[in-house]
Amino acid sequence: MSDVILKADGICKSYRMGSAQVNVLKGVCLAVKRGEFLAIVGSSGSGKSTLLHILGALDKPDKGAVSFEGKNLNSLRTRQLGYFRNKTVGFVFQFYHLLDELSVSENVFLPAMVSRSIVGWIMHRRWAKKRAKGLLDQLGLSERADHKPYQLSGGERQRVAIGRALMNEPKLLLADEPTGNLDSATGNGILNVLEKLNQGGQTIVMVTHDEKIAHRAGRIVTLTDGRIT
Amino acid sequence: MYKVILIIRYLFKKQISYLASIAVALCVFIVTVVMTIMTGLLTEFKQKNHNFVGDCIVGTESLVGFPYYEDFMKILEQSDFVEAVSPVIKSYALVSLDGTERSRGIEIMGIDPVRHGKVTGFGKTLHYNKDNVSKVFEPVYEPALAGCVVGVDLWLARDAWGEYSYASEPAKAALAITCFPLTAKGALARAGADIVNTKIFYYSDTSQSGLARVDGSIIYLPFDDAQVLCGMAGTDKRASAVYIKFRPDVKLAAGREKTALLWKKFAEEKTGNKPTDLLKAVTVKSWKDYRRMFVAAMEKEYTMVAIMFALVGITTVCIVFVVLYMIVSHKSKDIGILKSVGASKADVVELFCGFSVMVGLLGSFVGIICGWVFLLRINWIENWLFEHFGFQLWDRTIYAIGGIPNEIEPKLLAAIILAAVAVCLAGAFLPSRYAAKLEPVQSLQVSQL
Repeated sequence: MSDVILKADGICKSYRMGSAQVNVLKGVCLAVKRGEFLAIVGSSGSGKSTLLHILGALDKPDKGAVSFEGKNLNSLRTRQLGYFRNKTVGFVFQFYHLLDELSVSENVFLPAMVSRSIVGWIMHRRWAKKRAKGLLDQLGLSERADHKPYQLSGGERQRVAIGRALMNEPKLLLADEPTGNLDSATGNGILNVLEKLNQGGQTIVMVTHDEKIAHRAGRIVTLTDGRIT
Repeated sequence: MYKVILIIRYLFKKQISYLASIAVALCVFIVTVVMTIMTGLLTEFKQKNHNFVGDCIVGTESLVGFPYYEDFMKILEQSDFVEAVSPVIKSYALVSLDGTERSRGIEIMGIDPVRHGKVTGFGKTLHYNKDNVSKVFEPVYEPALAGCVVGVDLWLARDAWGEYSYASEPAKAALAITCFPLTAKGALARAGADIVNTKIFYYSDTSQSGLARVDGSIIYLPFDDAQVLCGMAGTDKRASAVYIKFRPDVKLAAGREKTALLWKKFAEEKTGNKPTDLLKAVTVKSWKDYRRMFVAAMEKEYTMVAIMFALVGITTVCIVFVVLYMIVSHKSKDIGILKSVGASKADVVELFCGFSVMVGLLGSFVGIICGWVFLLRINWIENWLFEHFGFQLWDRTIYAIGGIPNEIEPKLLAAIILAAVAVCLAGAFLPSRYAAKLEPVQSLQVSQL
């Protein structure tokens, strides 16, 4: 099995802002090894979040290809893309993006529900609830399982988001400024969680604008003017 | 499963969902109430018309009538699709209370009460001889005299509640009925020295068909007397029409068709016998065609109301569309989250369409319950309004209706619920399909550089 789990090749992406075209990514090439903790650093507006979204199949590149374990994501159909997002990657957003209508534990086992029909869910719900409980215990949120996201602090919400991202045991965890919205102590706690996960073999790609935070990762790449330098 | 959970949470935990449901409920309420009343009135009106004439009418509009009706009745009676037949004389006359000079124009209908009772609902319209038609032309105060049945609105005044004050027995009253007898060619026939026929009839009963025009203008007379009065008796006996009742298993259109064929054959056989021109004027009509002039107006009104409420429905589509569009827009972040954890486009569309169906069902349920309760009490409410404020939806001194119809038709309810759900689905489908098409990042609005 190849050591490289994720590979980006010549990724280009541009946005139209009014009448002007902004070229955000200008042929990014990147390889992520299995079990690696990679930090992508760049100043605000450098395109690092856009790159992370493309790596996680949340967005499509204008040019170039992303392959996961040798399989080109561009060739995946809608349903296969959904499966990829559900089973293969876990996404942690800067603004947590939890569903307010669901409780903490429901948010955590949401990916398990999404991947199953009602019958499938009925058959697997015990397993899913047990796994969600285990994750919440691991993240120190067992007391908050029945709360709603809006009843939690920022750090707690981010930990819930991490729990959700890990629910289906993804091969790759993508974190977009996971501490960007938190104070330094809380952010530090989140980084500790990520480090611990990486030590357990979890491949992580994290985007941050903070060099200090980036240094918690095993490898750092810098995105400048739409290119990896 | 998450879709079921989210649908329920969106429905019961978001105020805007209540707004959408209330909009649907209001429309369902209005449509249920108005359509129930209109359907009830139309059905009742049609039924009264059907009861008045039976299933099929072989007749002529000419006041001269047509001959050989007895022969044709025999043929009908021998056929396997006819249950009963009744000959009818129809004409115009003047009526005055005997001994007075005040007279008024009326329509007369000469009937054989027993036959007529078998073909039409005549027996049920009577007050003193209800379902006892054989005695209807025998005044209780002097059974040997020639009796007549008077349309209730010619005899009694309706009070504000739509009721009539009947005496315990028919009052003794003699009515002089004057007719212009016509020959088979339509000329005035001399009846002795006069060109008019007058006969005294004694009030024996009233008929309340529920059709204002009938109850306010018709006096029923014994068939033979009416025939003489109109000049249709004699060797060349004539009648204005033959009313027919089909057997229960015979469909109206099929029965009419068979009758028309029989009549065609019969008329052809009689060609050569005089006067055949009168036979040519005879038509065979189902009760619906025969009473179309009266029923069509009400049907048009019903159609107009239905169109108006279709417009209300379109307005509802717009309201529900806007509300659901707002909900879907408001939930675009949720769509992004769901897609980021693997939900497909179809899942997103299903989620919001499922939600809209629930809004439609909840709104329909509330609207129908409110409509049902309102309809149950509508007559009580109208009475209360009349007692306290003098308000009446239909002035009972003018309109020949009893209570406001309030029987809810299950088919109508099912149609309203289906329409409400379809409207909600239509309102949610486009925005949810649009939202589902977006990339997760666009929905999350996190396209920060």
